[in-house]
Amino acid sequence: MTAPTAAGAAPGAPTATAAAVQVTGVGRVFPGEGGRSVTALEHVDLTVGAGEFVSLIGPSGCGKSTLLRLVADLDEPTSGSIAVFGRPAREARLGHDYGIAFQQAGLLPWRTVRANIELPLSLHGVGRGARRERADEMLALVGLTDFADHFPDQLSGGMQQRVAIARALAERPSLLLMDEPFGALDEMTRERLQSELVRICAETQAAVVFVTHSIPEAVFLSDRVVVMSARPGRIAGIVDVGLGRSGSRDDALREDEAYFAAVTAVREALHGGADGVPSRGVETR
Amino acid sequence: MSAAAAPAPAAAPAPGRARRTAAAWGHRAAPVVLLVLLVAAWQAVVALAEVPPFLLPSPSAVAAEFAEFLPTIASAALITGTNALVGLVVGAVVAIAAAVLASAVRAVDLLLDPVVAGLAVVPIVALAPVLYTMYGASVETGRQIVVAVAVGVPVFVTTLRGLRQVRPVHRDLMRAYAATPRQAVRAVTIPTALPFVFTGLRLASSLAVISAIVAEYFGGPRSGIGSFITTAAAGSNYARAWAYVLGGVLVGLLFYGATSAVERWGTRGVRRG
Ligand SMILES: Nc1ncnc2c1ncn2[C@@H]1O[C@H](COP(=O)(O)OP(=O)(O)O)[C@@H](O)[C@H]1O
Ligand SMILES: [Mg+2]
Repeated sequence: MTAPTAAGAAPGAPTATAAAVQVTGVGRVFPGEGGRSVTALEHVDLTVGAGEFVSLIGPSGCGKSTLLRLVADLDEPTSGSIAVFGRPAREARLGHDYGIAFQQAGLLPWRTVRANIELPLSLHGVGRGARRERADEMLALVGLTDFADHFPDQLSGGMQQRVAIARALAERPSLLLMDEPFGALDEMTRERLQSELVRICAETQAAVVFVTHSIPEAVFLSDRVVVMSARPGRIAGIVDVGLGRSGSRDDALREDEAYFAAVTAVREALHGGADGVPSRGVETR
Repeated sequence: MSAAAAPAPAAAPAPGRARRTAAAWGHRAAPVVLLVLLVAAWQAVVALAEVPPFLLPSPSAVAAEFAEFLPTIASAALITGTNALVGLVVGAVVAIAAAVLASAVRAVDLLLDPVVAGLAVVPIVALAPVLYTMYGASVETGRQIVVAVAVGVPVFVTTLRGLRQVRPVHRDLMRAYAATPRQAVRAVTIPTALPFVFTGLRLASSLAVISAIVAEYFGGPRSGIGSFITTAAAGSNYARAWAYVLGGVLVGLLFYGATSAVERWGTRGVRRG
């Protein structure tokens, strides 16, 4: 089961040339009760390059989380295929190719901040000393060094989310999957964490697939914004933000003209898609 | 304001801690004060209203009997306590094992569900006479079985509930990090379930002592607290009967205290569930 593109690489290892994520003709149908099945995704094609930051945006219920879970191999597509660094999603998961963060921080409440960050490392047999060293680096990266020995319930929501991001980055993944990680935070905290994420991504060079329902957030963070529409979930359009590489972004960008142009482009793609009928916030059941 | 916005909950101000210590003392002292007042009121009512002893003996009479029969009460308490302990351990071990099986294998769950529901409604101590004839009326085995069955139900129910509390986000996390089933159980399932198991054990510990005493009301060897309560009451030694009841209360308190301590020790790392 080696990746066909990996000519000289070790069997099963991620290839340098392969895209971070390659989604090809993917569909996901959830069987519903009484034969009323839900088509969460249909004919989705998407490529995320190595080191690229791509946001998924769309009305709730359009299948953003479903798509992310398929990439993470937390769920399987009913049609199509998904490759992560040139190998099947399942192999990529078993090979620890990605880090993941959810809307709920999902920290283990009985572990300290440090032990939470070390979790993926200890699961994968990294020795005590190396684990500790890496956790220290991660704590510094997210600015929580003073809170290493606190328990999650002693932290604010924003701090918990930073721990979750540190945990996701602990194994230096080349791919970071994030499902509305800032969704439950207030605007101030949100903008601060967005800036931190930009800085972290510049430092780690990881590719990111970032689910959000905030247009400014998507534009600020991304190289490309993938706009999705609901029922069935599809890609309605892709907006190339092109605001320069992540490293050069800062808060001044939020007042830049190019930034506003990109926001407008994403908004039009969102609302123009579905016959002018705004489907925002409509849950499909 | 970026750093200042972060709350620092660890640095509890000293006055707050002092107030909390005082509150904790009040918390401990309140039931003791209440108990003393109740006993005093009891003594006063019995003395002033000249209540006949068969209705309600005075606390001083009970205390006198308790002192006089202390060796007998102690040995009876030891026997009842041993029955309760053996039953508690056996019942809890079987119940926890069954709950683990039921949470892992759907068929076992379906099979055990009606059995447990049935056991929950059967008055288990009523089985005591049957068990005495099965195991012989001179051994304590029947009583220990009664305790084990009585204890097994709440331990099974709370453990199974605990095992099912694993949050979906934690399950996803374990899968995302390709944790082996064994790793997932250690990292997530057990810490999630432990507080529930300990709550079940604490409830079960009181139940164990009660069942052990009540089982003795239904016959078997004249050895434990329950047997002596019935004997004393039948002989119109009401104050003595109450002295034995007091012995039973002490055994119950000991069990409750011990399981609470075990609970605190066992959940010291998982207290934040
Ligand atoms: N496990 C599931 N079982 C059944 N239906 C699901 C499941 N997960 C998602 N869905 C359905 O799929 C659609 C897309 O859901 P989701 O990917 O969560 O949307 P989003 O994240 O964009 O809000 C919704 O209609 C949702 O009800
Ligand atoms: Mg979602």
